[in-house]
Amino acid sequence: MEYIDYYKVLGVKKDATEAEIKKAYRKLARKHHPDINPDDKDAEKKFQQVNEANQVLSDSENRKKYDKFGKDWKHAEEFDKAGQQRQYTRSGQAGGFAGGGDFSDFFESMFGGQPSSFGGASSGSWGRSRQFKGQDYQAELRLELRDVYKTQKRTITVNNKNIRLTIPAGVANGQVIKIAGYGGEGANGGPKGDLYITFTIENRTSFQRDGDNLYANVDVDLYKAVLGGEITVSTFDGKVKLKVPPGTQNGTKVKLKGKGFPVYKKDSSFGDLYLTYQVAIPTKLTEKEEELFNELAKLSAS
Amino acid sequence: MNTENLVPINVLCTHYRVEMSFFSSLEEIGLVDLEAVENTKYIPSEKLGDVEKILRMQQDLNLNLEAIDIVFHLLDKVNGLQSELQSIKSRLRIYEE
Repeated sequence: MEYIDYYKVLGVKKDATEAEIKKAYRKLARKHHPDINPDDKDAEKKFQQVNEANQVLSDSENRKKYDKFGKDWKHAEEFDKAGQQRQYTRSGQAGGFAGGGDFSDFFESMFGGQPSSFGGASSGSWGRSRQFKGQDYQAELRLELRDVYKTQKRTITVNNKNIRLTIPAGVANGQVIKIAGYGGEGANGGPKGDLYITFTIENRTSFQRDGDNLYANVDVDLYKAVLGGEITVSTFDGKVKLKVPPGTQNGTKVKLKGKGFPVYKKDSSFGDLYLTYQVAIPTKLTEKEEELFNELAKLSAS
Repeated sequence: MNTENLVPINVLCTHYRVEMSFFSSLEEIGLVDLEAVENTKYIPSEKLGDVEKILRMQQDLNLNLEAIDIVFHLLDKVNGLQSELQSIKSRLRIYEE
């Protein structure tokens, strides 16, 4: 367990007046408040720290206790050991969704845990106890691009509760889906919170995705590019044969309609696949090949 | 009218410990639309998250309702910009290869 310098957290001097502490707290609270910084874990943590510092320093009794305790801190080895043990057992618990208003081990060891256990805190968080609607949960689901090419069913576990999900094909990276009523319980008959799932789509394919369209590079050997011919290219779900016209330039783009990614929640509707031809120039020529290329070069020069 | 997904505001006044006038102000400023059914005013339950956010901002940060309205607008804007940035980033990846 680490000693927390609450003065440093609020950015005030050790002899700061009550008014200075209040001002510093207010300023930091405005900056880091979770409602002003939605989905920002760092801000949430900062807000908790700032709140905790304020709970201690804005109350004269708590502040006195903290100041006295802080001085002895470095000598209090016994206490430190006990603290370490506690921390160990705590971190052993698997954490699901972090609720707000968590206090540090340091705080709990000094003030006995619950923020409600001491009165006189001049201002603090509005608190979960007043919520009517249950808490909203956030979850992240990592999927591969291949997985979201087709609609699929998955069971995920949120707070020991299994939820069967149908994930529609074509979900985008970063997309958030709200599942109403799968959050925490409401209070006094209030409605349950909701579950928000953010999808992170990892792409390990050779295709690039932009919305519903896919992009890929295709190698075309020099002779087919010059003379024309047929090539077989991979689409996302199979192979197709394409005719390459004579005189195909490097970087030529070809659009294959309907061979892109499925459109989200639009059955059997697909984006397009854009292929860019990359003409492969032969290296390591044999003597014979070099001779022939020289002949061609002479021909085109004359 | 079906009131299944509506919460009467007098229930909320008791729970949140606020006056009825709080909800009239919300409606006046345009933060939340109330629905009236037979002389009772209701709030759609999907708006409760917003109401609780407003209460927290008022009490934790001392913001008045006008300021909260601005915060909501700005957050909307940030949200839009973030999703725009996300789609531009993924488009950029196509050219970075």
